[in-house]
Amino acid sequence: MYAQMVKSTGQGVKSLDEMEPQERAFQERINAGEKIEPKDWMPAGYRKNLIRQIGQHAHSEIVGQLPEGNWITRAPTLERKAILLAKVQDEAGHGLYLYCAAETLGVSRDELTEDLLSGKMKYSSIFNYPTLTWADMGAVGWLVDGAAIMNQVPLQRTSYGPYARAMVRICKEESFHQRQGYDIMMKMAQGTPAQKRMAQDALNRFWYPSLMMFGPSDADSVHSAQSMAWKIKMNTNDELRQKFVDQTVPQAEYLGLTVPDETLEWNDDKGGYDFAEPDWSEFFDVIKGNGPCNVERLAARNKAWDDGKWVREGLLAHAEKRASKKVAAE
Amino acid sequence: MSDKATFEFLCRMGDNTLVLGHRVSEWCGVAPVLEEDIALANTALDLIGQTQMWLGLAGEIEGRGRTADDLAMTRDAWDFRNVLLAEQPNGDFGQTMMRQFLFDAWHLAMLQALTRSCDTRVAEIAAKAVKEVRYHVERSGDTVIGLGDGTEESHRRMQAALDLLWPYVGEMFIPDAVDDAMAEAGIAPDLTELRAGFDSHVGSVMEAATLTIPDTDFAHKGGKSGFRHSEHLGHMLTQMQWLQRAYPGASW
Repeated sequence: MYAQMVKSTGQGVKSLDEMEPQERAFQERINAGEKIEPKDWMPAGYRKNLIRQIGQHAHSEIVGQLPEGNWITRAPTLERKAILLAKVQDEAGHGLYLYCAAETLGVSRDELTEDLLSGKMKYSSIFNYPTLTWADMGAVGWLVDGAAIMNQVPLQRTSYGPYARAMVRICKEESFHQRQGYDIMMKMAQGTPAQKRMAQDALNRFWYPSLMMFGPSDADSVHSAQSMAWKIKMNTNDELRQKFVDQTVPQAEYLGLTVPDETLEWNDDKGGYDFAEPDWSEFFDVIKGNGPCNVERLAARNKAWDDGKWVREGLLAHAEKRASKKVAAE
Repeated sequence: MSDKATFEFLCRMGDNTLVLGHRVSEWCGVAPVLEEDIALANTALDLIGQTQMWLGLAGEIEGRGRTADDLAMTRDAWDFRNVLLAEQPNGDFGQTMMRQFLFDAWHLAMLQALTRSCDTRVAEIAAKAVKEVRYHVERSGDTVIGLGDGTEESHRRMQAALDLLWPYVGEMFIPDAVDDAMAEAGIAPDLTELRAGFDSHVGSVMEAATLTIPDTDFAHKGGKSGFRHSEHLGHMLTQMQWLQRAYPGASW
């Protein structure tokens, strides 16, 4: 999940009877499964909440280029290099669709970028973990994209039209990424003893951070209740986490790898696995900026933005010169 | 004309795209604007794809069972045959785009000629690559114009990039024994014949960019012959080849 702990109005969900007529009509459209489009009336809280959520998702795609970009120049074969490049290119493309979706809500990409760079807006906690071996490219695809898909597939049905449509396209590419990641893991798990060791090590390091991607339990969260009423959040964090674990454990078994959780056990009654919670204090540390790579990630994005200033200004100045020449010619 | 010369020639084509593709991929995630991240990744991806075709054919012609990956990942710097321009460091974004444009303008002319190669395998690869490179040169040319004719700062940086990289242009056009053998066999064009078209193309872009081409025909050489690469190539290879070298025989 690329958006974590997004705050809504914080006031709890109103019943239809408590709403003013305009808001009630809006909620009834959502309840009926209609899509809300940019020019439609919407409550200020809905707009604000969506900007936060879509913006955070977009930022995650952008920052998410860095841990994978870390291995492009060291990819072991030409084909792996090409696949990884294509994947990172897709992620930049996802960022672009999502910023465009956010722009339909009245915020500019530059404003959102400034908020990312100043640390005001967040991106997913997962991208604050380092990628240390080639197997991490497998683990990121398999686990991180796998966790993202759990959240994003239902979001194809989200109430806001531009977001839902962006998500349809994103999901197609993400499931391809996940298969590629699993394919890397398979090669490693069936490879030399050193490769197997890399694969197990990657799973050990990425398992709990992947579980954290869904965010802490939100069964009692007023923010989540409101987001779910607005259909900009479709499932609780615990539901999605359970689904992810249930899907991933058999995949790990197939690879011959061990999930780093001694308490992991199939529970017949609930039809799912019982599993250990991640260390939530670590999660909150990462969110606060104290993850292993927070400082580097934000510094890298800030440096890219600052170093690129002359380029953006140059291209803009040229475009203005051309436009004024064109006007002069007319 | 020997297979050895053809092998050398194909390594030149494939090493150019491999080395430049690697350099461009170093921009991943840190371009000045999101659209450039996408475009740079796309360019790198095309170049790596072309590498697979050129080095794949090189391995076949050599007949020693080496694959494109073997050639890319296990040769040392002295066996690389890329021009020096391709291995020059990225510098700032302007330097990267100037390097790209100078290479693209040569690459387009070369590939257009290679589509008429008497070796059908070469002609087929060129036909596929030329479609991608037409787009590369359009984009890099537009960027050179936009930044050359942008602000005072962007102009200054682009002129500095042109001054720095111009001495690496000549190597792409000065034929040696391998090039002569290829031209004679009808596999590749006479490089000197590509120069006039290149000069006119580059001249018109630089004029629109308000940049001045240095008044020198001095040319660094030693890349495509492998005789003397720059110090930069070895560092690039330590990254590119690290996994294959550290874990020989593993399958990835």
